[in-house]
Amino acid sequence: MKIIELKETITASNDRDAEVLRNRLADSKCLLINLMASPGAGKTTLLERTIKDLNGRYRIGIIEADIDSDVDARRLSLLGVKAVQAHTDGMCHMDAGMTKTALEELGFDDLDLIFLENVGNLICPAEFDTGAGRNVMILSVPEGDDKPLKYPLMFTKSDVLLITKIDTKSVFDFDFDKCRERAKKLNPDITIFEVSAKTGEGMEAWLEWLTGQTDQWI
Amino acid sequence: MHEMGIVIHLAKTLDELADEKHITKIGSVTLSVGEVSGIVNDLFIDAWNYFRQKHPVLYDAEMRIEVVKAVTHCDGCGKNYETLKYGKICPHCGSSETWLIEGNGCVIKEIEAETDDDVAGDQ
Repeated sequence: MKIIELKETITASNDRDAEVLRNRLADSKCLLINLMASPGAGKTTLLERTIKDLNGRYRIGIIEADIDSDVDARRLSLLGVKAVQAHTDGMCHMDAGMTKTALEELGFDDLDLIFLENVGNLICPAEFDTGAGRNVMILSVPEGDDKPLKYPLMFTKSDVLLITKIDTKSVFDFDFDKCRERAKKLNPDITIFEVSAKTGEGMEAWLEWLTGQTDQWI
Repeated sequence: MHEMGIVIHLAKTLDELADEKHITKIGSVTLSVGEVSGIVNDLFIDAWNYFRQKHPVLYDAEMRIEVVKAVTHCDGCGKNYETLKYGKICPHCGSSETWLIEGNGCVIKEIEAETDDDVAGDQ
């Protein structure tokens, strides 16, 4: 036996797979957005609203990642977009390998924009690069403004923070300024939007960002 | 199941390395794990011991974990302090303008391995 020094991060193989996938998507002019949030934050509802508001502007695909069941994929396929359900077999996150398998099942040559709805969890999904072009996280008002303090990595890894369910703000003590300040402290480059998928408030700014990014990509 | 996910990725990284370096057997894996990396060492070792049995190359690989102390830097007074003991508030000046500078990573430091060459040499 001999000693081999490595000094390699533990997820090095995943990071390499993710980079290969990101390049492959860039070559086929398709933007993959990794959407992360806790269970019940309203990922599927936000996606439904976003797809309706985009009104056919792009060819959209959805990967729904859940530990089990296909209720979300069925719900979204009603909107006329291509959707597949990826099962993570009990794992709490999607990684580059699982994302690749799901993308191949979905087929992305004829798509412009794909949303990966990651497993509902604010911890592990932040640690594993999926190969997505952009990472977007959702924090809903009922969850509280202290989440950046509790789950810092998620805020560090996200390009966008969507504060959702703002139509409920009158019944919760959610301090928007504090939440912004905490998120910006962890990640000065994070772009923050406040939206309600139910009333449509704030959706315009989010859609403007989204179309800007997609147009750059395709 | 966070630890199991990391174990699966670690095994994949080691499989790739085994291919590249013609490794036939790994005797031990040493990881440097930060105190605030979010990895629970006991759970991690349990997950490893379960998983390695399914991998011929890793079957005998003992997991060794070296803990890396977490250190926080204070912007208020410029001093460093132990993160686990004091958390977010600087013990020197009471400031909360503090940043973790070390201790949230997880790195494969080294492995003990047998390669094709070793076996040829023994014969």
